[in-house]
Amino acid sequence: MTQEPRKLLQGQTGDWEVVIGLEVHAQVSSKAKLFSGASAEYGAGPNENVSLVDAAMPGMLPVINKYCVEQAVKTGLGLNAKINLWSRFDRKNYFYPDLPQGYQISQYKEPVVGEGEIEVELDDGETIKVGIERLHLEQDAGKSIHDLAPKESYVDLNRSGVALMEIVSRPDMRSSDEAAAYYSKLRTIVRYLGTCDGNMDEGSMRADVNVSVCRAGGFEKFRETGDFKHLGTRTETKNVNSIRYVKQVVEYEARRQIEVLEAGGKIDQETRLFNVATGETRTMRSKEEAHDYRYFPDPDLLPLVLDPAWVESIKAKLPELPDAKKHRFMEAYGLSSYDAAVLSVDKDKADYFDAVAKGRDGKLASNWVTTELFGALNKSGKEITESPISAAQLGSLIDLISDGTISGRIAKDVFAIMFETSEDPAKIVEERGLKQVTDTGAIEKAIDEIIAANPQQVEQVKEKPKTFGWFVGQVMKATGGKANPAAVNDILKKKLGVD
Amino acid sequence: MSDITNLTLADLRDALKARKVSSLEATDAYLSNIEKAKSLNAFISVTADKAREMAKASDAKLAKGEGGAIEGVPLGIKDLFCTQEVLTTAASHILDGFKPTYESTVTSNLWRDGAVMLGKLNMDEFAMGSSNETSYYGPVVNPWRAKGENRQLTPGGSSGGSSASVAAHLCAAATATDTGGSIRQPASLTATVGVKPTYGRCSRWGIVAFASSLDQAGPIARDVRDSAIMLRSMAGYDPKDSTSVNRPVPDYEAALGGSVKGLKIGVPKEYRIDGMPAEIEKLWAQGVSWLKDAGCEIVDISLPLTKYALPVYYIVAPAEASSNLARYDGIRYGYRTKNYKDIVSLYENTRGEGFGAEVKRRILIGTYVLSAGYYDAYYIRAQKVRKKIFDEFLDAFKQVDLILTPSSPSAAFGLGEMTDDPVQMYLNDVFTVTANLAGLPGVSVPAGVDAKGLPLGLQLLARPFEEETMFKGAMAIEKAAGFNARPDEWWA
Repeated sequence: MTQEPRKLLQGQTGDWEVVIGLEVHAQVSSKAKLFSGASAEYGAGPNENVSLVDAAMPGMLPVINKYCVEQAVKTGLGLNAKINLWSRFDRKNYFYPDLPQGYQISQYKEPVVGEGEIEVELDDGETIKVGIERLHLEQDAGKSIHDLAPKESYVDLNRSGVALMEIVSRPDMRSSDEAAAYYSKLRTIVRYLGTCDGNMDEGSMRADVNVSVCRAGGFEKFRETGDFKHLGTRTETKNVNSIRYVKQVVEYEARRQIEVLEAGGKIDQETRLFNVATGETRTMRSKEEAHDYRYFPDPDLLPLVLDPAWVESIKAKLPELPDAKKHRFMEAYGLSSYDAAVLSVDKDKADYFDAVAKGRDGKLASNWVTTELFGALNKSGKEITESPISAAQLGSLIDLISDGTISGRIAKDVFAIMFETSEDPAKIVEERGLKQVTDTGAIEKAIDEIIAANPQQVEQVKEKPKTFGWFVGQVMKATGGKANPAAVNDILKKKLGVD
Repeated sequence: MSDITNLTLADLRDALKARKVSSLEATDAYLSNIEKAKSLNAFISVTADKAREMAKASDAKLAKGEGGAIEGVPLGIKDLFCTQEVLTTAASHILDGFKPTYESTVTSNLWRDGAVMLGKLNMDEFAMGSSNETSYYGPVVNPWRAKGENRQLTPGGSSGGSSASVAAHLCAAATATDTGGSIRQPASLTATVGVKPTYGRCSRWGIVAFASSLDQAGPIARDVRDSAIMLRSMAGYDPKDSTSVNRPVPDYEAALGGSVKGLKIGVPKEYRIDGMPAEIEKLWAQGVSWLKDAGCEIVDISLPLTKYALPVYYIVAPAEASSNLARYDGIRYGYRTKNYKDIVSLYENTRGEGFGAEVKRRILIGTYVLSAGYYDAYYIRAQKVRKKIFDEFLDAFKQVDLILTPSSPSAAFGLGEMTDDPVQMYLNDVFTVTANLAGLPGVSVPAGVDAKGLPLGLQLLARPFEEETMFKGAMAIEKAAGFNARPDEWWA
């Protein structure tokens, strides 16, 4: 395989490649925390969702929340990954006020989910594969608040003990676009599965972005040998909480690292922080300052042993995932890859479209959903779940077009009224008398009147066929837009003697 | 009834049921004994008002012919058990002023069965010690003294308050915990019966953790029957402890009547260690012949990995402790230093001032063995050996039903005698740690006295969850030994 030029970055001294891996922390959608019965809901008052276990009171013990394990397994299956029937929780030891136990319970050595792979679509239509190294369950820490008082810090333990899935990718991404597309695809998958709400503002999803650069060709050598020496030293930028920021981090870090290396410097393996305001990253702690976490198996918990039948039952209940959905939309409804991707990226949108398209013309349904509905929702700042028009209503509107009750043009007016009033289209059409006139007698009568009243134009149209449209407009005007356009065309042509 | 406190728990229970004595009388009698025995320093806090309240409630139930298995029986509670709204210290400065809002499962079980709490018993700080000298509240003094001597002796540790208070009749029985021998060694040094049940038999929920994979609660009582009654009330499955085992709790007392005829008793040669007093060796041989006379079959067995048990224990236990004790950081409860300028100095000074020397030593050892570069050589290896020790026991238990050993390598020693030599102190656990590493049940039974008149115990180990067999064997030793010596009440 030859190097792909679009993946190369030009430096002063030659070409470079950037290699990216992501560690994504996704909060498990669950009412209760990973090891305590306390609520995991977002938005409670400070320290309202804190159990004795979360506050690490003496003698308190963790008990695994089975639902969180189920969510992790479900996610693993959605990532086409191996489910480890035997896994274990370790303690990661460090001191911090928002870590009451003095350790985080995490799966360091034996994660519940092993290797997997997902397909990621890029904006230019290319699809890449990104390997998943592992997914493990762990507890979140609480929150330290330093800006409430000049000399004190406050601690909110509501998040303490909330279940997180850490999803670690292989270093398979080669540009900021790929990293962003992967992160976005991951979000789509967990939202589809209902295992994480993907809400980045509330911190439900955040990424640690690992970036390194190497000379052109290094990645290929790494791919062939599996030897990391062909890649550069990586930096890890912590807690990046939007797709846009992931992109910025990769771009900034790649440039920075190339500059350092080209100036004869070297990259330190270190942890960095992203400054949202400046778009820059800065050192958080160097390798020398890195904690020795003293991982060891948590003796308060037994190994997590899964029944294969239980895993199978989760698999059987798995919803259709975006890739499968996209392919089905293309095959069943004849959509383009682009339209199918737009419609399948969000589960709510996909479900809406599915309901509209079922038993109808898929392309027509796709046009109405993507152009008219998404456009109107966008303009009014509404989500698909808040749509004033239900999928059933939009389906009825399409039926009215298909059976000739209304024209496409009238349908747009009806749509606008529906969006305002949430009324059924049939009712709107009926009450406002918008039914299409297909009675040729009525159309003929209107045409005869127009021909009689406009002898000059009748003469002219024979010389200039382009003026034919003027007649059509007049007929539509006379019939209040309700005349069947095809019938108007036919009768006009006949009466005016043009082709 | 002037001698209520001389009744065994079983007899007191029966007397209470028969309304021959009231729980309040018994409670007051014990409170009076406690008051007189201050010099033993067995209690960290005495909860007299609470005790009388509970006693009255028990009497009301007993009057109606109601009440639990040990209704009205006054107990001492090791200060490692969290007790609701009652100061709980683990004998550490760092838990200053800590009153839990919750009750440990084991003590809840005891209150469910009607027991009365007299107070919280002294112990080694965080249960780390073999002589009760690491307590922030000062050492407990053994009620036993060597013949003709006034020297203060250790009641053993870490459950020294439990063993001393039971020996001195300051309570009918006591709760204790055993991580490496902390129930059985103190029992041996005070002529009491100490039971460490199978790991998972008693819930650890609400017990201040020392080493999670080794900690087990159990009773210290005056005789085998009392310990069986206590264990039945303490034990049970608890969904709040993931390591608790879901199986029914047998009526241990009912098992006591059974015969030991035909039981195979293993005698492991590796428990004959260098420098062990001849009296202990002699007592062990005596135990063997008692059981033989009772109809048991004696089998010489070999447990060659025994010599690794202590090193393994002193890697695993400190490793877990270093992590378990990280929560004592001065942020949410307990002691906080006044001397700090930032978060790091707050941690350092709180923990530096709040923990005693032995606790710090174990935290340092534990931190060291878990550190990058040392983890594989220490912790991982220790875990592998631990597994082998477990397998070795299971193998031995294919041949035998019980294993008989001494409980402790020495009788009670003088306070201050070993404090300068931690390794010598650690050797106290040499016969007991194996049961913790393998999760086996073990009991120490008083069997005799040495030349100075100080008590010595014998230990029986059984297969996991075969406490009933163990109690039967212990009863046979108790009967044969006919041990009925008591310390002179020099403290009263």
